[in-house]
Amino acid sequence: MIDLLNDVLASNGLVTAFAVVGALAWFSYLLSDKLSAGRLHGSAIAITLGLILAYAGGVYTGGDRGIADIEWLAGIGLMGGGMLRDFAIVATAFGVNLNELKRAGVRGAVAVVAGVVVSFVAGAVLAVLFGYDDAVSITTIGAGAATYIVGPVTGSALGADSDVIALSIAAGLVKSILVMTMTPLVAGKIGLDNPQSALVFGGLMGTTSGVAAGLAATDPKLVPYGAMTATFYTGVGCLLAPSVLFFIVRAIVA
Amino acid sequence: MIIYGVALLAFCLLTGVFMGELLGLALGVNANVGGVGIAMLLLVFLAHVPAIKEKLNEGADAGVLFWNAMYIPIVIAMAARQNVVAALEGGWLAVSAGGLAVILSFALVPVLSGRPADRTEATTDD
Repeated sequence: MIDLLNDVLASNGLVTAFAVVGALAWFSYLLSDKLSAGRLHGSAIAITLGLILAYAGGVYTGGDRGIADIEWLAGIGLMGGGMLRDFAIVATAFGVNLNELKRAGVRGAVAVVAGVVVSFVAGAVLAVLFGYDDAVSITTIGAGAATYIVGPVTGSALGADSDVIALSIAAGLVKSILVMTMTPLVAGKIGLDNPQSALVFGGLMGTTSGVAAGLAATDPKLVPYGAMTATFYTGVGCLLAPSVLFFIVRAIVA
Repeated sequence: MIIYGVALLAFCLLTGVFMGELLGLALGVNANVGGVGIAMLLLVFLAHVPAIKEKLNEGADAGVLFWNAMYIPIVIAMAARQNVVAALEGGWLAVSAGGLAVILSFALVPVLSGRPADRTEATTDD
């Protein structure tokens, strides 16, 4: 009976992954509502639970693909793999229209580039302080401090080790959770009370879920402005980190 | 036709990744340079080409919006397949890197918004 169930789940791997991730998301949004009154975004909880499951899977199987190394959960590996991940990332650009892009203007563009560079430098400097001395790992961790997407995209492009990529996701996740929870607390101090500063804020922070949740907890009217520039951040990060920023790191390290 | 939207998305990603590979080759690195970023820009521009825009307005956009909405679940799955056991050896690095990035980015908001820092501080005091 159990073997039969195992067979069905394993031979329909991607479908199993949809069901499992859906259940995980439902549970996470429930926790978000009940325990944090929506302050800690459901997606952040779900991603945290995902990382915990990956840890459990790694301990249980001794493999390096987290929970996806458990046979009947192998579909998680396909669902969360590079192909579908990049496909979904590109789809997030769809919400942006050219008029809004123009309206965002120079400040938004400057904020996005400045945000990527500042976060990258913060992550890269700490990577060096923690003993990493190869350009690929330093760049990947710096990219992870940008967002938890830029890190793995950069890491995959440069051929970084899986543990470094996981570390870059962890750094991006820490950033995302901090943006969600700290934004309402610091909003007054940083002048985050109008569309223009929200636009700059989204560009600087970049983490879409962090920005959306952080602004929603501050002033829901500001969400679209921040989310719009944040949408560009991951793209700009994916463009800059494995190219210009990597070359700079490589030149400094060598 | 939903498939038109999905196909548009696929075309953008494949073109972007291909251009990223070419760029990597041109720059002499064994890496895909900005392929996903190029694909995103391509989608933004193609979505405004009149013939494509018409198809999108006729329902093809659902094919793009579905994958847009699947972004977070896919990121959840991505988290669940990472090598977290190995990453935890550098736990403080993740916390300090993410934390420092957030502090510096928060500090830059008033600078780039063009608002004087003393004025915003004055408004928070009341």
